[in-house]
Amino acid sequence: MSGPSDFQPTNPALKWIERRLPIMGLMHSSFVAYPTPRNLNYWWTFGAILSMMLGVQILTGVILAMHYTPHADLAFKSVELIVRDVNYGWLLRNIHASGASMFFFAVYIHMFRGLYYGSYKEPREVLWILGVIIYLLMMATGFMGYVLPWGQMSFWGATVITNLFSAVPYFGESIVTLLWGGYAVGNPTLNRFFSLHYLLPFVIAGVVVLHIWALHVAGQNNPAGVEAKTEKDTVPFTPYATIKDAFGVSCFMLFFAWFIFYMPNYLGDAENYIPANPAVTPAHIVPEWYYLPFYAILRSIPNKLAGVIAMFGAIIILAFLPWLDSAKTRSSKYRPLAKQFFWMFVVVCIGLGYLGAQPPEGIYVIVGRILTIAYFAYFLILLPLLSRIEKPRPVPNSIADDVLAKSGGKAASMVSSVIALMVAGGLLLGGAESARAAEGSTKPPAQNWSFAGPVGKFDRGALQRGLKVYKEVCSSCHGLSFVAFRNLAESGGPGYSVAQAQAFASEYKVKDGPNDQGDMFERPGRPADYFPSPFPNEQAARAANGGAFPPDLSLITKARSYGRGFPMFLIDFFTQYQEQGPDYVAALLQGYEDKPPAGVTLPEGSYYNKYFPGHAIKMPKPLNDGQVTFDDGSPATVAQYSKDVTTFLMWAAEPHMEARKALGLQVFVFLILLTVLLYFTKKKVWANAH
Amino acid sequence: MTTASSADHPTRRDFLFVATGAVAAVGAAATVWPLVSQMNPDASTIAAGAPIEVDLTPIAEGQDIKVFWRGKPIYISHRTKKQIDEARKVPVASLPDPQSDEARVKPGHDQWLVVVGICTHLGCIPIAHEGAYDGFFCPCHGSVYDTSGRIRQGPAPSNLAVPPYTFVSDTKIQIG
Ligand code: FES
Repeated sequence: MSGPSDFQPTNPALKWIERRLPIMGLMHSSFVAYPTPRNLNYWWTFGAILSMMLGVQILTGVILAMHYTPHADLAFKSVELIVRDVNYGWLLRNIHASGASMFFFAVYIHMFRGLYYGSYKEPREVLWILGVIIYLLMMATGFMGYVLPWGQMSFWGATVITNLFSAVPYFGESIVTLLWGGYAVGNPTLNRFFSLHYLLPFVIAGVVVLHIWALHVAGQNNPAGVEAKTEKDTVPFTPYATIKDAFGVSCFMLFFAWFIFYMPNYLGDAENYIPANPAVTPAHIVPEWYYLPFYAILRSIPNKLAGVIAMFGAIIILAFLPWLDSAKTRSSKYRPLAKQFFWMFVVVCIGLGYLGAQPPEGIYVIVGRILTIAYFAYFLILLPLLSRIEKPRPVPNSIADDVLAKSGGKAASMVSSVIALMVAGGLLLGGAESARAAEGSTKPPAQNWSFAGPVGKFDRGALQRGLKVYKEVCSSCHGLSFVAFRNLAESGGPGYSVAQAQAFASEYKVKDGPNDQGDMFERPGRPADYFPSPFPNEQAARAANGGAFPPDLSLITKARSYGRGFPMFLIDFFTQYQEQGPDYVAALLQGYEDKPPAGVTLPEGSYYNKYFPGHAIKMPKPLNDGQVTFDDGSPATVAQYSKDVTTFLMWAAEPHMEARKALGLQVFVFLILLTVLLYFTKKKVWANAH
Repeated sequence: MTTASSADHPTRRDFLFVATGAVAAVGAAATVWPLVSQMNPDASTIAAGAPIEVDLTPIAEGQDIKVFWRGKPIYISHRTKKQIDEARKVPVASLPDPQSDEARVKPGHDQWLVVVGICTHLGCIPIAHEGAYDGFFCPCHGSVYDTSGRIRQGPAPSNLAVPPYTFVSDTKIQIG
């Protein structure tokens, strides 16, 4: 895209095409011969990382759409079926779900890099504005994608975000109704969100092409912030930038794979494993972590309309950055004041993110207001002021000079900023997490689970015993509707043979029909059948249980969680602790106390449980010593029952967990090898450039 | 700056490039596997394709029924004596897809013809009891099958397929 290319293919067939459509020349001049500043650091590889992420999201998204059903009654189940039944469905879903977070993570680094090095300044204003447009589109796409699994957070996130538009004077209500396609968020909303979620990534891809085009016209900015003048200042894109980007991408994939294979639910919300229920709002509506700073701004303003304006304004203001900061010096490296304020701004953003996840009360509101003011002051007061009063240090004459002047201290500062970023990110996520803490209840003790950790496996004995406990005790009130009898014979499960699973199934009566006479009839279960639910519908279940609805247990170990708080949450990322759900379920089963503590009165028909949020649970103590007899001589105690049934339910919630961890190990060995090789190849290639 | 083919350590350098390229290629190839494999039938579809049992008692002589197995229509015909004789009279060698009627039914159950009701031409569903041979007639492009489900006329290249099935009892078959 830098003028007519001198690229000429030698093959006559290619020549023929090239004369009519010079696409090879375009590719050659854009991605091979294109001169790239030779002093770019690794922050510049995030452009390539983002391109890769867009590709990954489109590819996995198109595939998931082949298996997903955009209908309010079927969406939640279809996502579960993808994860359980589609070949590698769990992998594709994990990639797509954590991929969204990775995409935002990379885009934030990319944006902060642009901010620090002044990449928005003349002549790159349009390039920067296109970037802001991409970011807005990403937010819309990410939001609508989060709605599709139709869990509790999906539904209530959709409700809250669409209601933002009700703040518009006069037309607010009509706009919201228009968005919903109904009187509330419902099936029409889900359908149109699916359609748009599929469309927008391609719009993003289109704007990305413009973004890259603009980049190739203006040329890349660089850490020194001086334009490339001579040949000495640049290196050809291939092999230099290509190999460096490849190495950056490979490092990023290692980070990404950690989430995909080992922490797939780390960034998600347990609430979203509960199917959408228009009658119950979760205690804390927390958006995905990447929206938190803006959510905090929204909540800081006590007026509805002003809050919405501030929230959107916080994003739109970025588009005006090239004119707010009119300093001639681009890179903050040479702007001692701007540099310090940049880092303060980063802290403000992270602080807002943390607050976005906290309950909107007390000190959080006050700090939120201060940080909101700081956020806007940075753009509206500080940057315009700095560009007038700051005395920048002298910039190098050329990029080549900058490369020569480079010292070892650079790497150290880079490492420290990476560490600072990670800690800050952890704080942000920790905030998101702690908002989920079940209030007013004791934290469940962490237990030793055989399935924990990177090589954890289910204990087959525990799974079989747990199945027995479920069948003899839990199944009288709780369904297990996503688990089929055939699953009992699948690898990574309780280890039954196909014949055993069949025999187990045939003990159940399953409703089938209609037959030739048009009647429904009962027949013995088959392996393809799912565990029948004890009640035909929610109303019947409530009527039989004093108004309480015994939840389906298929996903219970993933749908329950409790806050670990900072810094445990950060440590959990490295130790791969993600057994909050099992810990909670096992603790709940053992947490009954015959007499509530003094001063606590329980509502009629409730029981006291130490670990249940609010302590008053409608489920009577389900397990008692000696209730179930095990053939293998395991103790017939409540502790043993709880542990076994929880293990079984963990397997029920994620039947492919062992496959996930096993594949993860292979992928890690491969990626580490590839990254090391790319590192040395990169060193070899660049050895010529210095 | 030297050129890409520096002569200092030609072998080591080449080895590194080749190794990196090879590992990346292996990774790319391995990535394709799950992306393609997901298109195959999922576990619930496979489980739903388990064998089915069909009770033959309600099917009177000369009648036929259609059942579905793995999403395919299966014709079960209770053939008359006349139909069986017609099928067996034809010299096998004269058929486009030579196969004897005996080979297409289960021994001792000659009256029962069980075939997949999908035309071997391009997949339309032939109509039973139609066409010149009192067998099946495909309305799409005019293929005609006889009382044994064998192709006699038209563009279809082969006989109607016989699905795997067994007689559980004299009046019950299991398909699959
Ligand atoms: S599909 Fe039957 S004749 Fe063509």
